Amino acid sequence: MTRAEKLDLYYWMRLTRTFDERMLAHWKQGRGVGGTFSQRGHEAIAVGAASVLAPNDVVSPMHRDLGAYLVRGMTVREVFSNLLGRETGPTQGRDANLHGMSSLDRGLIGYISHLPHSLPVALGVAMSFRYRGEPRVALAFTGDGATNAGLYHEVLNMAGVYCAPLVIIVENNQYAYSTPCHQASKVQSISGHAKGYGLRTTTVDGNDVEAVRDVALEAVQRARAGDGPSLIEAETLRMLGHAVHDGAEYVPRELLASWEARDPVVNYRRKLESGGAKANDLDAIDRRCRDEIEDAVAFAEASAWPDPSTVTRGVYAV
Amino acid sequence: MPSAVTNASNFGFAGEDDATAGRELTYIAAISEALREEMRRDPRVLVLGEDIAGDFGGAFKVTKGLEAEFGARRVMNTPIAELGFTGMATGMALMGLRPVVEMQFADFISCAFDSIVQFAASAHYRHLGAVPWVIRAPSDGGLRSGPFHSQNPEAWFVHTPGLKVVAPGTPADAKGLLIAAIRDDNPVIYFESKPLYRTLKGPVPAGEHVVPIGQARVARPGDALSIITYGTQVREAMSAADRLAAEHIECEVIDLRTLKPLDTATILASVRRTSKALVVHSANQLAGVGAEVAALIAGSAFEWLDAPVMRLGGLDTPVPFSPPLEDAYRPDARKIYDAAKTLASY
Repeated sequence: MTRAEKLDLYYWMRLTRTFDERMLAHWKQGRGVGGTFSQRGHEAIAVGAASVLAPNDVVSPMHRDLGAYLVRGMTVREVFSNLLGRETGPTQGRDANLHGMSSLDRGLIGYISHLPHSLPVALGVAMSFRYRGEPRVALAFTGDGATNAGLYHEVLNMAGVYCAPLVIIVENNQYAYSTPCHQASKVQSISGHAKGYGLRTTTVDGNDVEAVRDVALEAVQRARAGDGPSLIEAETLRMLGHAVHDGAEYVPRELLASWEARDPVVNYRRKLESGGAKANDLDAIDRRCRDEIEDAVAFAEASAWPDPSTVTRGVYAV
Repeated sequence: MPSAVTNASNFGFAGEDDATAGRELTYIAAISEALREEMRRDPRVLVLGEDIAGDFGGAFKVTKGLEAEFGARRVMNTPIAELGFTGMATGMALMGLRPVVEMQFADFISCAFDSIVQFAASAHYRHLGAVPWVIRAPSDGGLRSGPFHSQNPEAWFVHTPGLKVVAPGTPADAKGLLIAAIRDDNPVIYFESKPLYRTLKGPVPAGEHVVPIGQARVARPGDALSIITYGTQVREAMSAADRLAAEHIECEVIDLRTLKPLDTATILASVRRTSKALVVHSANQLAGVGAEVAALIAGSAFEWLDAPVMRLGGLDTPVPFSPPLEDAYRPDARKIYDAAKTLASY
């Protein structure tokens, strides 16, 4: 990776983090609309994996993958507008927070709450590439909780048998809402049971953006070359509650403290500095992120609400 | 009008019907013809489902011969994973392909419910994009197939914003509505009648034949009352109407053809002419499509009515297996005759 590429990774992670902090402040001030989901702890996975895609690849992020949306070119103005239910968001007020934030021309397929349900859709996207003989790849994100749903297993099985150009990232953040992984499955290695479907599997430190990038790049290249699907289990910890309303008192404090020491954004900055990056350059990135987010908040708040007379518009393609 | 094939034992697979002189086709051959013609016309069209490929050609043989002509790329066998392969079809459709999914039986569509009603149906409203897939759902009973191979689950999907739902009752409409469904940019669920597959034969235009979605048909004009129905029950209603005509009771039979969006104009025009309405379907009567039709008539043709709207549908039970039980469960020509006669004399 070049120095510029590394600074890019840092920028996208820092932008995600700054967005997240500003968003939570907004909600604590009572200025939010509905609920919203913190990204804290997931920045390296979303940014690292999405950064390896080609422009015409397609990605289906989940609700903790703001970084993937940003890397694909969705602007923080658009995203904050979607959070506030405004006309200027990508769903024009039709869907909440990060749900459903799609933009097919940027290769983004928004997810729905039923979490494994993006996976078969991403598989279909991958199969459309196969159908047309295009060297394109579909990348789909899901969470540890979704791996206990039957659909997840249907998709792994089909991806294997069809040799689909699909890469699945399972973000193992150790909790499905309040339920820890060990209460939900006897099998503690997600990449381990995925092997049983004939997929190539890897487990990676989800707080190390370069490590995520490396394994994602290898998997995407393999898929593009026609060598079939891969599954990457990226390990992290969800550092805040399931959504903004949730204090997550059920997560042991010691566990949080141990993962706080592994913070993906802070540690990557440290790593870049020890590798020779100038603190001034990194500070400039931090400032730029703050400015962009403040602009996005102002833009979203000044944006029009959707016109109620359009409520029935768009149910059907015409 | 289509003629019933007289040999009742033809419920089975004997006597494959292909195009014959005079262009009469069975209902099932009309479905196969629509698939083949659309696959020839449009390279984006593919079919997928359980056991549909190869010489086997599906549980009912609708896709027989398609793989030989179009190859495995466009005729995909799937594992028994309705939820997964329906979601896969959504992804293909978002990328501009036109997948036609075969549910082996309409009863199994519940396995795919989330993929249909949550993801695909809401996709366009949520600004994701168009989802131009078709699900073919072989539905209805009377074939002594028991609770899990006889169902008519169309009401679930009519209730879901973003879907279109069609249910042809003749071979010509079986072809024309399937072609329209494939060309439609929205997710369309196509309920095909298993009881009509090989027992109903009728004229089917060769080549391009599109029946627009959203248009009902006056299957038989009359002035005594309107029988509003669709799918298998069109034939039953026509048979009942013939019997009543011999008694000088002329029923109008409206074949809805499309259940969503409903052709409200044709329904209301008929009822405003006849002043009496009997709504019939094989599916359970409770909260079925007929309830919506009855509410439409009550709300928009109240002043024209000379009698309460009558409904005839399946009972509020699972579909029973044993012949006397199943016959007690479902509407048929005799029950329609009885209900229409009662209504006519109201």
